Amino acid sequence: MRARAAIAAKTLRTDRWWFAPLITFAGLSAWVIYATVRVFMHKWYYVADFHYLTPFYSPCITDRCIPEAAHFGTPLPSFWLIPEAAFTLPFLLLFRLTCYYYRKAYYRAFWLSPPACAVPDGHKKYTGETRFPLLGQNLHRYAFYAAGIISLINTWDAVIAFHSPSGFGFGLGNIILVGNVVMLWAYTLSCHSCRHIAGGRLKHFSKHPVRYRFWTFVSKLNARHMMLAWITLGTLALTDFYIMAVSAGWISDLRFVG
Amino acid sequence: MGTKRHFKVWRGDSSGGEIQDFDVEVNEGEVVLDVIHRLQATQTPDLACRWNCKAGKCGSCSMEINGMPKLGCMTRMSTFTDDETITITPLRTFPVIRDLVTDVSYNYEKARETPAFAPPEGVAPGEYRMQQVDVERSQEFRKCIECFLCQNTCHVVRDHEENKEAFAGPRFFIRAAELDMHPLDARTDRKNYSRDHQGLGYCNITKCCTEVCPEHIKITDNAIIPMKERVVDNKYDPLVWLGRKIFRRDELEKQDKATPSRHERENMAPSNTMGVTGVASGTSTPFSSARQPEPPAVGPDGKLDVAEILSQKQGGPSPFGDDHEFPLPSDRVTYHHPTPDKD
Repeated sequence: MRARAAIAAKTLRTDRWWFAPLITFAGLSAWVIYATVRVFMHKWYYVADFHYLTPFYSPCITDRCIPEAAHFGTPLPSFWLIPEAAFTLPFLLLFRLTCYYYRKAYYRAFWLSPPACAVPDGHKKYTGETRFPLLGQNLHRYAFYAAGIISLINTWDAVIAFHSPSGFGFGLGNIILVGNVVMLWAYTLSCHSCRHIAGGRLKHFSKHPVRYRFWTFVSKLNARHMMLAWITLGTLALTDFYIMAVSAGWISDLRFVG
Repeated sequence: MGTKRHFKVWRGDSSGGEIQDFDVEVNEGEVVLDVIHRLQATQTPDLACRWNCKAGKCGSCSMEINGMPKLGCMTRMSTFTDDETITITPLRTFPVIRDLVTDVSYNYEKARETPAFAPPEGVAPGEYRMQQVDVERSQEFRKCIECFLCQNTCHVVRDHEENKEAFAGPRFFIRAAELDMHPLDARTDRKNYSRDHQGLGYCNITKCCTEVCPEHIKITDNAIIPMKERVVDNKYDPLVWLGRKIFRRDELEKQDKATPSRHERENMAPSNTMGVTGVASGTSTPFSSARQPEPPAVGPDGKLDVAEILSQKQGGPSPFGDDHEFPLPSDRVTYHHPTPDKD
């Protein structure tokens, strides 16, 4: 049995290989901290005048919810540990946690397995996604179906936000909400599971021309899945922050109509 | 004119080695492999390095340049600054033979374990017809030059030698995907094969294989993730499960089982190793958890149908070696003679 070359250095890379995982670590950590704080804040999530509801609280289903914001009733009690959007947030979290892009991002940046190419794994043993709990990454398909439904709810939120006390209204908040929803759809549809369901699972594209066209479309989006993953983190935080600021009265919404 | 550049090259063999320093002349337009050849011509005539085409198409000169797995012939010297030290080491994942030459037989063993293309029933070689749109995905994977940079950079085996037994590596995931997506491949068990025998679950899609691929094959996005999704189809999709219940697909499958296809009848399990030698005989990896290499489908008499050996030395080289006299003695061949009554 021959041995590997005896090279003492753990890695001989001379470029800044640690930069990308560091940025990923900082970006994801910052977002998770912001989102956690906001979800458990239990206030400043709704602008009654314009029907702006932040995606972090949609749909609002606890007893604490403002009645106009609770389109699906309030089956859950008020308890500080229960987020207002307790039915959707777990699925959205699962969708992003099992996403093929985020997996790469956190396996590299958080778990250091590996931190970068040709840089040693931070762990002695490695079994990958062959056993519990990482076997659960296969739940991505379920989470994708759920995320599709949640995107519909978010779309509805953006539509009914074209409102002012006198009827129809249109302001900067609407642009932000619609932009966020468009990006959420783009991210959801660019999902690798979606690409597979759309047509990737077929053996003969020639027998399914419509699904082939849909697969081609999703493939184009899918090439930008990483970019969309980051853009949606940005638009979600921006949307939430804007609605929080308007709701708290720190700024007033820039109105075009109404 | 050329400038002197500083190089560090790992030299040694499996018993040990060290990184040695060299100052070499570098001219405009040269690549790292040119510099290695200059080293051989001027300072170290015994420096071992594997190379062939110098055009990025043979996949021989895989090495690690400043720690990154790359092809020596495709790494331009102009990508380094004049005062940069360039460190060249052999591929880390494979056992070293000498200097920059490694023993990549791990890859060939995994290749032999992968079941070959299985044409559909009733279609003879030469009668294969398929549409471009159907075969396009598989063709991307045919660009592979087998440089094994992906195998080398994959941390599953690079950092965990013990996983080599169970893990086939990205190069063979694209092979499995290529055949599973192939419009004419008749085997239906390739998804489960890649999960159970190639160790698809070990991959945590950190995409280094895609990053180092000199042919820019989208290994992760177009092969590994689709294969993982195909496994999910079989094992974990709620809607597929529901669909099976409603449309009674499972019943249909059971009916199909009653009348086995040609490939199930003539299964490729190693029932007979006559004429199969070396690793392909399945005897050299006694405790492997991987599926054993499989000999080709043979008929009830244990012999193989061969359609294309019609005369002595036409076409490619003989698989039996060119020093053979034909026809071979009939008791030594493992195939049907195309014209049985000829002699």
